[in-house]
Amino acid sequence: MTSIWPEIEHLLLNVEKPARYIGLERGAIQPPHDPRNVAWLLTYPDAYEVGFPNQGLQILYEIINELSIGEAERAYAPWVDLEKIMREKGIPLFSVDTHRPANEFDVIAFNLSSELVYTNLLNCIDLAGVSLRSVDRGIEEPLVAAGGHCTYNPEPLADFVDFFVLGDGEEVVSEITYVIHEWKSSESASLSRDSLLKELSKIEGVYVPQMYNVRKDQNGFQVLEPKHDDVPKLVEKRTITSLEDWPYPKNQLVPITEVVHDRLNVEVFRGCTRGCRFCQAGMITRPVRERSADQVRTMVSDGLRRTGYDQVALTSLSTADYSHIEKAVAAVGDDPLSCGQTGVSLPSLRVDAFTVGIAATIQGGKRSGLTFAPEAGTWRMRQVINKLITEEDLYGAVESAFSQGWRRVKLYFLIGLPTETDEDTLGIADLAKNCVEIGKRYNKQASVTVSVGGFVPKPFTPFQWFGQNTIEELQRKINLLKDATSRSRGVQLKWHDPKATLVEGVLSRGDRNLSALIEEVWRSGGTFQEWSEHFDIDRWLSSMEELGLSVEDYAYRHRDKSEPLPWDHLDAGLYKDFLWQEWRDALEEVGLEDCRWTPCYDCGACTGYGLDHVVASTSPPVGGSQGTWQDLTKGSEVPQLLTIRKKSETV
Amino acid sequence: MLAVRLRSTKKGKIRFASHRDIAKVWERTLRISNIPLMYSQGFSPRPKISYGLALPTGAESDCEYIDLQVDDSNRESINVEEICTSLNDNLPPGILINGASVMNGKFPSLQQTVTSCIWDITVNEDDTKVDSWVDRINNENTIVLRRERKGKEVVDDIKPQVHLVRKNYERIDGRVTLQAELGTQPRSLRPSELLRSMEPCLTEHKLRRRKQIVEEGARRLDPLEVAGATPMRSLIGAS
Repeated sequence: MTSIWPEIEHLLLNVEKPARYIGLERGAIQPPHDPRNVAWLLTYPDAYEVGFPNQGLQILYEIINELSIGEAERAYAPWVDLEKIMREKGIPLFSVDTHRPANEFDVIAFNLSSELVYTNLLNCIDLAGVSLRSVDRGIEEPLVAAGGHCTYNPEPLADFVDFFVLGDGEEVVSEITYVIHEWKSSESASLSRDSLLKELSKIEGVYVPQMYNVRKDQNGFQVLEPKHDDVPKLVEKRTITSLEDWPYPKNQLVPITEVVHDRLNVEVFRGCTRGCRFCQAGMITRPVRERSADQVRTMVSDGLRRTGYDQVALTSLSTADYSHIEKAVAAVGDDPLSCGQTGVSLPSLRVDAFTVGIAATIQGGKRSGLTFAPEAGTWRMRQVINKLITEEDLYGAVESAFSQGWRRVKLYFLIGLPTETDEDTLGIADLAKNCVEIGKRYNKQASVTVSVGGFVPKPFTPFQWFGQNTIEELQRKINLLKDATSRSRGVQLKWHDPKATLVEGVLSRGDRNLSALIEEVWRSGGTFQEWSEHFDIDRWLSSMEELGLSVEDYAYRHRDKSEPLPWDHLDAGLYKDFLWQEWRDALEEVGLEDCRWTPCYDCGACTGYGLDHVVASTSPPVGGSQGTWQDLTKGSEVPQLLTIRKKSETV
Repeated sequence: MLAVRLRSTKKGKIRFASHRDIAKVWERTLRISNIPLMYSQGFSPRPKISYGLALPTGAESDCEYIDLQVDDSNRESINVEEICTSLNDNLPPGILINGASVMNGKFPSLQQTVTSCIWDITVNEDDTKVDSWVDRINNENTIVLRRERKGKEVVDDIKPQVHLVRKNYERIDGRVTLQAELGTQPRSLRPSELLRSMEPCLTEHKLRRRKQIVEEGARRLDPLEVAGATPMRSLIGAS
């Protein structure tokens, strides 16, 4: 058990924000090192202040450390100033908990939540002193693993990662730990890395790229085939049936230094059935699994007591949809510990007046800003993407906000959506102007910030076949909006860099050939690509050209139904037919209702797994359309009960 | 309301946390330890905590001070020893309360009251260099320091702020260590400023604040012993 602390201690005087590297956070664990244990280094491949709050990483950290045979520590990508010194002095990537060198761990596991961190993953492997490519790693080297939303298309990283984990990690992380432990403790002479990888590939939810042969079909598309009979043809994601069984993190970490989202987080539900067709998170995390109001209350009050936080976020993909939202919010206010000083935040507001009412109660006197995501500027466009917010919903929400004292409202939109016309794009400006008009009735300084991002099609969504807009086209649309809003007082326009959108698009739906690209960009110094001051499109474009990879092929062209997709060997629980039908319906501007309150349309998420949506209340909350476009005034409609069948039987 | 002044250490890894970071740590630890504080009135009430002189990030200390206004309206008696024990259980490793006083009546803030600090400054240079540097610091009548303040270059004579500089017998990490007492009024002279005030400059390897001093007339006092303070004897000397 070594610690590199003595080596870095004096170096930290010369780097920015050295507290990022000291550990010591409240709740942090310094596990005793036992060489017989399976030691995980849970690594977030971006800066500490961005990675620290990641709840997935903290959940696994606790679960592994609770195992008698497991130990887990955390690492983050060192910022460029420290990295430079580490490389000069030969100091390896280290854990912040005990400052143990990364290559002393059995598994270095990465959380992947954005494509732009891929080069950082390579950088971390290299800093760890571990061979970059999976095939080159020896038996003494750590396993490299990855989980998180990006692993639904793991192929661009397939050469660098030994195994990927799909879906919820709560159960599978222990199963993996046991398999590695058994392999480690075996005295058999035939102990090979290959045998371990093969065992891992048999665990449901685990994808081991090396266990597959890559073939090109007659059109040159990548097709994967298992090397062995007992390696699964189709790797299914893992889904925990009840969130209630996993009240984690029980002991959320509290940082010493400044990080983003610095507050207590309590996940009120996982999954979403709104069915927005552009939204990968909503598709891959189905079905909806709610936590009971009682457990939410307990987690909030225990969490506040343990952490000393005065701010709690009730998290999910759409928290206003939580059946017991009002109870949960009231519970925070009633907690004796909070003394009325505890604030609540709802990170994803639904676009309607009901939601604003809740926001008004929880924010007390504070009226800093409210954010809504109508996503598209016209009703036609919103039907295409199935974000069924009516203009009345939006104006109602905005009026409610301004009338209750808010002065600033932020609206999120996507541009470059399928079938988008200039009329749709300009609709964004119209909506924003109308919102300002509404605001001016209540406050002369009313302002609306419009934030537009270029759309990136993602695997396992109905838009996975869509060719994304070019940099030039996105820029043209941004310019249209700039012109349309330049003379409107009260509308502020912000936009994401279309160049970064392109790189995300290439990586999001790419195949194994992209490993060369990621390596090339990393070698040329392209790390921290999520940070605009470090992002450089030229590195990517020139490397693609050198390697003979075409931007057109990877990002811009529409894909055909018959074309094999690089993630066809993975199963996110959704039937491909369902996704295709949704894609066709999108093009015909047909919306799809939220299945929590309407009959099942069999997307596959429940049926395939013997699951059902777990909603704490079976009746939809009464009042208005609540952003579903459905008439919910009629009250309860019990969710359809499903006949359970195995996925294999349905094909 | 009960006013309490605490003295604590900052040692080890935690020395890399900034003054602002530590302020947040205190606020959270006070909540976790369930110590009721007075709150400011107004739109966004803040707990009544006031912090002493900032310590440079990376420096260690035996003597960091903080003033609290404890809300004792709902309790018959508040035991300061118990407050300290419970805070010590919840503070991060390296921060340990090693002294406390109950403050009576009106008293000036830590920022106003402390007149000088004693520092251990471990430097990278060898004995010969350090000896001649110390001699010159002590013998010059003026020591001119150029520094930037609010974007403008300011030139000051810092000699009046340099109360004492001498070489320590004890070496730290095998390196020469200076002991320096530097004035804090009207504004603090930083050890790093002292080191670069005389060419060829010395460079800092490690820094530790040993004492903060309040001069009351001819007496040199610990901030826990100023007029109006009742020190909790049982806590003093805890390591």
